[in-house]
Amino acid sequence: MEAARPVSAPLPRATAGPTPLFGAYGIVKRFGSFTANDGVDLEIRAGEIHALLGENGAGKSTLMKILYGLLEPSEGVVTHRGDIVQLPNPEAARRLGIGMVFQHFSLCENLTVEENIALVMPPELSGRALADRIAKLGIDYGLHLEPDRPVWSLSAGERQRIEIVRCLLQDPKLVILDEPTSVLTPGEAEALFSVLERLAREGRALLYISHRLDEVRRLCVRATILRAGRVVGACNPREETARSLAAMMVGSAVHEVSARAVRAIGAERLRLDHLALPAPGLHATALRDVSLRVSGGEILGIAGIAGNGQAELFAALSGEALAADPACVRLDGKPVGGLGINARRRLGAAFVPEERNGHAAAPLMSLSENALLSRHPTAPLTRAGLLRAGAARDLAQRVIAAFDVRKSGPDPAAGTLSGGNLQKFVVGREILAQPGVLVINQPTWGVDAAAAAHIRQAVVDLAAQGGAIVVISQDLDELFEIAGSIAVLHDGTLSAPVPTAETSREAIGLLMGGSSDAAPALAPAPALAPARTH
Amino acid sequence: MTLDIVQMVLVTVLAAATPLILAAIGELVAERAGVLNLGVEGMMIFGAAVSFAVAMQTGSTLLGALGGAGAGLGLAALFGLLTVGLAANQVASGLSLTILGLGLSGLVGANYVGIKRDPAPQLAIPGLTDLPGIGRLLFGQDAFVYAAVALVAAVSWFLWRTRAGLTLRAIGDDPIATHALGLKVRRVRFLSVLFGGACAGLGGAYLALAYTPFWSPGMTAGRGWIALALVVFATWRPLRVAAGALLFGGATVLQLHAQAAGLGLPGQLLSALPYLATVLALVLLSLGGRQGGSPAPAALGRVFTPSR
Repeated sequence: MEAARPVSAPLPRATAGPTPLFGAYGIVKRFGSFTANDGVDLEIRAGEIHALLGENGAGKSTLMKILYGLLEPSEGVVTHRGDIVQLPNPEAARRLGIGMVFQHFSLCENLTVEENIALVMPPELSGRALADRIAKLGIDYGLHLEPDRPVWSLSAGERQRIEIVRCLLQDPKLVILDEPTSVLTPGEAEALFSVLERLAREGRALLYISHRLDEVRRLCVRATILRAGRVVGACNPREETARSLAAMMVGSAVHEVSARAVRAIGAERLRLDHLALPAPGLHATALRDVSLRVSGGEILGIAGIAGNGQAELFAALSGEALAADPACVRLDGKPVGGLGINARRRLGAAFVPEERNGHAAAPLMSLSENALLSRHPTAPLTRAGLLRAGAARDLAQRVIAAFDVRKSGPDPAAGTLSGGNLQKFVVGREILAQPGVLVINQPTWGVDAAAAAHIRQAVVDLAAQGGAIVVISQDLDELFEIAGSIAVLHDGTLSAPVPTAETSREAIGLLMGGSSDAAPALAPAPALAPARTH
Repeated sequence: MTLDIVQMVLVTVLAAATPLILAAIGELVAERAGVLNLGVEGMMIFGAAVSFAVAMQTGSTLLGALGGAGAGLGLAALFGLLTVGLAANQVASGLSLTILGLGLSGLVGANYVGIKRDPAPQLAIPGLTDLPGIGRLLFGQDAFVYAAVALVAAVSWFLWRTRAGLTLRAIGDDPIATHALGLKVRRVRFLSVLFGGACAGLGGAYLALAYTPFWSPGMTAGRGWIALALVVFATWRPLRVAAGALLFGGATVLQLHAQAAGLGLPGQLLSALPYLATVLALVLLSLGGRQGGSPAPAALGRVFTPSR
């Protein structure tokens, strides 16, 4: 682990004032020789939204798990209204009124929404009564759920709604939220914020973990910053800028994506013509008449709310779903709609799917094996059908070095990496192939600021070298930062792309909500000039 | 008259299906909690041997049946200790359990080979049992058969109508997520394994105390493996397990009659018929339309170790 020492660290030592609702003092948590939390102090008061900031691996998750009774601290105490309490398990935490909204959703895929919620409810609340409570809460807070849908059929955004509803149904005094907006659209996030502000007004405390510093500045008046397991600062985020907060988290100034002068747009490299695909599943989205063109040097951003066809569009571009008419999809002019994913890779395309664990990487396999999995068509990793383990290791090492992937051991299993580091690895693995076309779905989902900046920079650099890039993302800030033009996917149809410079977040947000008719009316901007409805 | 012949056939079908239902319904519960116990055959035959020995010693069929269930439970406890407590590999532990059970059953049953015993008493309600056509079938069975039917209904109700059953299914689906919610993953898994063992032991007891009724080494003849297959092909649903077991029982009876009638087909082929028919029917059943998700408990066979 890097030993970044705090520069100057004012500890939030027992501030004067009323007894905090919950406090954690001198928390130390060791895993073997690794110290995840090293003397952390944290005080949370009723009615406040308290931000916990830090990079991946700074110890935020460990601290949260201790507060939720999932981990026992090696040293230190947790207090409730000034009394020391024991939290041997989450049940005890829930009894004290602590609720948790997990980042990596703790949902059972094969159970329904209602069953997943019922798991943590008291046994007498079930069936009709529970369904009614879910419906009522959904109306109250604008968190709509269909109780009978199985979780596997839901998008990430919908899954998070389950987590939030499940937490709120327990009437918590303290709600811990881990990266709650990472999968939401601006509109959805706005709705969530009003829910959170309402919860705070109701006298509840909220512990808010986010990499999105703008949100933290909007919502929170107190922030505790962790780095390498220690508290390195406390501040009022409203008195800071996003950059100064990021600098405190990382310990140095965050590198901003430099959009290199985009080269004169080259030849058209990727093209979809009136692609239509039936919905692959009961709750999936059918693609309808989707057309797009991306030329060398261009980054096309595709915005949209989760579950509007992003996964299906990605599958159609990557070859996981084949088009009925091969000419619907063209790579450098060649019809590839009938070709599988490896054939498309051999033609110079590369793909990074949304899910790191299980789709982009096999979590139980080593990094070098994972390098092999997607790169064997495009790198000399096999000879006469036999694997060249050494070459795969070299490739993995090149990715690790080029993308600053932090890991333990020389060639660990992919699943042992933190989210940001694994994401850097899977993105780096594809980018090092120097693909002519790169399709990347949610490139920085749940990734810390430094890693996200690294990934975005790599994408921008690839475009500068003549690559044609499609970035599917729910993070509008990200799209506005790197994309040259933005199209919106709504209910399986893709709007015409608009140059980023000529539109606004509000206009795109409206399109994401499907109100393309209303959009031009709301206009202090020349925003949606080329927008067209289907 | 023909009605009574049909009834006689159905009674034998039910008798052939009962040990499979018992063993499979127990394994279904364990697998729903995410534990794959390949030791069903071993627990079953150990249950058969112990039940016969206990029944001979005490003269009580009930105590024999309890002894059989207890024997299965004991082996399952060992398996649970290894796989749930110590996170040992489930496949290897289960296979070892079968071998251990076969060996132990030979040891326990050594003194009882060739001894015959009266079969478990059958229900006899004056008036009802003598009803033509259905009396024997509905009101003339032994307690094992009723227990098997009751277990299917009870497990079905438990898994889909109770909170504990929901917890069990959730744990089989994702132990990490359920652990994060504070559910007792290892306790539930251990209890499920014990239930599976007791049911397998009871299935064995039925063979030794009611079906044959005597003890002979290796008398389960692979029924434990059939039970395991039934659970898979029945897509982990109790009613389908019962249907599959009845189908298997039916095919068994059919091929016996076919052999007796001298159809001219090789006996070995006819003996294989029940297996083929069951596999075929259940494969066809499990082909039917799911769009996504998995019919199997997603965490089946994966050991779980909580971080603490």
